[in-house]
Amino acid sequence: MTGNFPVAFVLIFGAALIPFLPGLLRKAWMLALPVIAFAYLLAIPHGLHGQVELLGQTLTLMRVDKLSLLFGYIFLLAALLSVIYALHVDDTMQHVAGLVYAGSALGAVFAGDLMTLFLYWELTAVSSVLLVWARRGEHSAATGMRYVIWQLLSGMFLLAGALLHWRATGSLEFSHIGLSNTAGLLILIGFGIKSAFPFMHNWLMDAYPEATPTGTVFLSAFTTKLGIYALARGFAGTEELVWIGTLMAAFPIFYAVIENDLRRVLAYSMNNQLGFMVVGIGIGTELAINGAVAHAFADIIFKGLLFMSMGAVLLRAGTIKGSELGGLYKSMPWTAGFCIVGAASISAFPLFSGFVSKSMIVSAAGYEAHLVTWGILLFASAGVFHHSGIKIPYFAFFAHDSGKRCAEAPRNMLVAMGIAAFLCIGIGVMPGPLYALLPYPVDYAPYTASHVLAQLQLLMFSALAFSVLMWTRIYPPELRSVNLDFDWFYRAAAPAIARSFGDAFRITREGLSEALSARMQGLVDAVMRQRRPGGLLLRSWPTGSMALWVMVMLLAYLLFYYVGNGNGHA
Amino acid sequence: MTPPADSKKYWLDDPLNVSKLFKGLWIVCGLLIAIDLFLHRHEDFEFATVFGFHGAYGFFACVALVLAAKQLRRILMRDEDYYDR
Repeated sequence: MTGNFPVAFVLIFGAALIPFLPGLLRKAWMLALPVIAFAYLLAIPHGLHGQVELLGQTLTLMRVDKLSLLFGYIFLLAALLSVIYALHVDDTMQHVAGLVYAGSALGAVFAGDLMTLFLYWELTAVSSVLLVWARRGEHSAATGMRYVIWQLLSGMFLLAGALLHWRATGSLEFSHIGLSNTAGLLILIGFGIKSAFPFMHNWLMDAYPEATPTGTVFLSAFTTKLGIYALARGFAGTEELVWIGTLMAAFPIFYAVIENDLRRVLAYSMNNQLGFMVVGIGIGTELAINGAVAHAFADIIFKGLLFMSMGAVLLRAGTIKGSELGGLYKSMPWTAGFCIVGAASISAFPLFSGFVSKSMIVSAAGYEAHLVTWGILLFASAGVFHHSGIKIPYFAFFAHDSGKRCAEAPRNMLVAMGIAAFLCIGIGVMPGPLYALLPYPVDYAPYTASHVLAQLQLLMFSALAFSVLMWTRIYPPELRSVNLDFDWFYRAAAPAIARSFGDAFRITREGLSEALSARMQGLVDAVMRQRRPGGLLLRSWPTGSMALWVMVMLLAYLLFYYVGNGNGHA
Repeated sequence: MTPPADSKKYWLDDPLNVSKLFKGLWIVCGLLIAIDLFLHRHEDFEFATVFGFHGAYGFFACVALVLAAKQLRRILMRDEDYYDR
């Protein structure tokens, strides 16, 4: 089979049929789409397919190689799990948006040139925002708008960079770009917004917790990992990324500790996990790149699982605020169990998926003697166990009993969580199949006695710290609150400045118009005075005075003429 | 809120069992430190081979994280409707 047919079309055009299908057939069709696309990917050979000529440029709709296939497989797996998880939802718009979004992310991964990448890039933005708006809550409209502005802004940077890159190199091919010129910088910013670089990250914490319970599961899989894929393709070995990633791995965990909305905690912890991947891409050795993309693969599953469990809690308990939850393991034991598997995976416990992927990145940092980065990644590893590994399951399912009693999650949600949990453990126990999919040959053994011991010490003593802090009541309680982050600048400061400028403008305008109308009134009064009998305009004038004024005028004219002429010749 | 009166008793509802778990955690940590006595760990940085390095690092990193985050709350925390006003 040739690979000329773009795999993205299976999902995108397949999704267009969904509104026209009746009940059961619709569900079967939605489940079949990712499976059909997956079978197609298995059947096509590596290479460049689906090439079209446009304006003297060759666009490549299907570049099939190890890197694009790895992301293709995991995106389709994520699409399938998300569809299963959302199967009970009645809202057709969400199903269509979710599958078009998954399809466009898939298209972007297989895009061989920057124009095709850009088109799919924008399609992910406009399709995914529908999942935020579909919540139809009081904040959905504004949050979705902020989200889509960031996403489209990312597309604009990509487009501007791509055009400059085209002018500089004469080619639109999407391969290694690097940071050597303005084009590279613009494209990096475009990718950086999607990957939630520091100061470009708040769209993630803003929008993901505001989407529908099922929509967030879709969202968590694609946008940021597309950013990671694009960075791995275009900026592998870019030194600056090591520092950007280190910062990303560290600062969100402080926010995660004090955040009350548990889905927002997960958004912060996602930012922290993306930091690990960005570090790996920045280091750029074969081991580091393998680690970064393996971690993206594992993260899509375990972060999806965590968002699924929290979505189930939101659906059943009606809230996702840590301050109002607790004791839910009594009502939702299966969800609690699956959540713990996800928590163990993100914390990189031995025998869980995060361990076999994250340790490649940390080891790569050690091998390349990035001491500071290594130390901060270790700190971040302990921190992620603290806020995602312990805090999420603890405050939702254990802690003090909130008295909430609800039903267990719907069966389709449990099935999706069950498959994800199975994969988390499967990859952790048998990393071989995942390692075989990685872009470079793997010569790495995660399960050495020394490594397992080091990791267990790190994690168990983090748990000890948590329990000691809880016991001594030093641990900050969950409080109903918001924490200011960088988005304060555009959500509060900029509008306030704009308002005060508006106020200043209004006051100046009012003052000016008052003063002006007073003057005008004075002028009108003065004119009217002269029109009265005996006034200037109605008085009779002697002809002699007229002659005098004409003479004054002529003299003035003469004077101006001489002055003007004199200047002209000087 | 107190749990509904008719609710069934769970193992974790008993504070004695919770403290059993707490003690269990201390024992696990003790064992992990004990193994460090016998196992020669291979590390990329010399200082990381120090006895109990990862345990101490994990413990103090988390305590520092929580204490710092608590202080951060003083600066960053606002009412829930802060952005709606």
